[in-house]
Amino acid sequence: MDAPLPIEALAEIGVETDTRLYLDHARRHARRHGYDRWTLVDIDAHHVESISWKEIVDFIEDPVLRDQAKAYHAERVGAPPYGLVGDFGLRYQDCGGRIPHQADRRERVEPGPHRDVVLTRRAMEALAVAYMVVFPTSMLFLGMHPQPQMEVALGRAYNRWVEATLLAGDAGILALAYLPFNTPEEALRVVEESAAHPRVVGFTVTSTRYKPVHDRAYWRLYRAIEESGKPICFHAGYHWQDPSLATIPTFLGMHALGFVWCNMVHMTNWILEGIPERFPRLRSLWVESGLAWIPFLMQRLDDQFLMRPSEAPMLKRLPSEYMAERCWYSSQPMERGNPKALALTFEMIRAESQLLWSSDWPHFDFDTPGVIYDLPFLSEAAKRAILGGNAQRLFGLPDRRPPGPGGA
Amino acid sequence: MAEYRVAREGDLAEGEKRVFVAGGVEIGLFRLDGRFIAWRNACPHQGGPVCQGRIFRRVIAEAGETGRPAGRRYHERDVNIVCPWHGAEFDIRTGVHVGSGLLRLAPVATLLRDGAVHVAIADEVEHGDGA
Repeated sequence: MDAPLPIEALAEIGVETDTRLYLDHARRHARRHGYDRWTLVDIDAHHVESISWKEIVDFIEDPVLRDQAKAYHAERVGAPPYGLVGDFGLRYQDCGGRIPHQADRRERVEPGPHRDVVLTRRAMEALAVAYMVVFPTSMLFLGMHPQPQMEVALGRAYNRWVEATLLAGDAGILALAYLPFNTPEEALRVVEESAAHPRVVGFTVTSTRYKPVHDRAYWRLYRAIEESGKPICFHAGYHWQDPSLATIPTFLGMHALGFVWCNMVHMTNWILEGIPERFPRLRSLWVESGLAWIPFLMQRLDDQFLMRPSEAPMLKRLPSEYMAERCWYSSQPMERGNPKALALTFEMIRAESQLLWSSDWPHFDFDTPGVIYDLPFLSEAAKRAILGGNAQRLFGLPDRRPPGPGGA
Repeated sequence: MAEYRVAREGDLAEGEKRVFVAGGVEIGLFRLDGRFIAWRNACPHQGGPVCQGRIFRRVIAEAGETGRPAGRRYHERDVNIVCPWHGAEFDIRTGVHVGSGLLRLAPVATLLRDGAVHVAIADEVEHGDGA
């Protein structure tokens, strides 16, 4: 009989692979370069709240609606999550099984802490992340709900579940409270109720919606967020029913445009209607649109503003100056195809103070911290800032180590 | 240059792969056309464990004679290894990304000797992220 081969076998990766093995190369990269000893902040990761939806509907405050939701889940096997909108049948981001972590994560989780806490901690350990801001997934569509009261009820239930489950599960897990933005007074109530929570580090508007962000109905909301000292975040998304994107036949095309277009529209209104002048201490954070759109919009708005300043009389400076000084950006999915263009983008958006690395894990287009660390044009100080320091300042976070052996 | 015996010739059937660590380096070994082909388990896109992904036949589409789309189909011969991190697809025979020649897998030399597959790893290879 042959002697055993002197090699260690590595298994094929699938939906049942442990997150720490799946991301082992990222963990080794962090260890090899020593940035596992920095304080990294991932300002945009996700959990799949639809898996826990039966628990979340228990947090609906309206007793009648809560009972309807519970009855729905008790009696309709295989039905989509109660009350959520979105394209549950159109989600083939895993590209036909090519990207297993996008399809599902069926890895073993021992009884004990909530599954989403365990999975989040595993991702934090693998990515060497000390703090991970966790966003929902299916609820990114909730701004398209035809019934505004349902956005309020489900958004509030989700916020309460997040506080009781995710934020209570680990001091490094953070959230930005969901704002039911289609009902401004209810969005204001969320701010008033959750602004004091130390792990609610800001407030989220899901960008897939058709409400104008400059509507004066939001001014009390913006004032309250400004006074909270925490940022407002616009988290991008897509929607197959968006008429402007209806001709696109692939998720590739939809993702390329949809996740950018919504934030381009909101940013245009945010700047030209003078929100940064009306609320000078209000900090806005623009999430998951990548970076390439920002230089485009800066140039486009500046060009038009110089010819028609009477249409934007609130502005005291160029639109690009507000975008570079008063707005913060998450990095993922960072377009890396043209290094010169990327370097210029970093310069134009003042990345050393305004850019925050994000992973978007476990989605198909996630970025490891290595995408920032490996950039040849950044100093170590800039890398430290983008990978964590800028987020620590924006959210007021002390230094911390990632979870895992020797960590938090 | 160090050699490592990594498989018996009969261990891999046509179209199969194995991924392993030899000499501190992660390597994917594939058998195609009766030959053994080896690539470093490091995706040039973002460093993912590319060889631990799944194998798919290449998807192609060609315009018909009148310009009408002929629809998508699978290539009869070409097969790709797909990185499980982001879906980057590489031709197993060439190591080249199916959409851009700028992305290429790093090759590992293989040789058959005494019915066993060996890989040769350069002494100066960087034993980085396991890849």
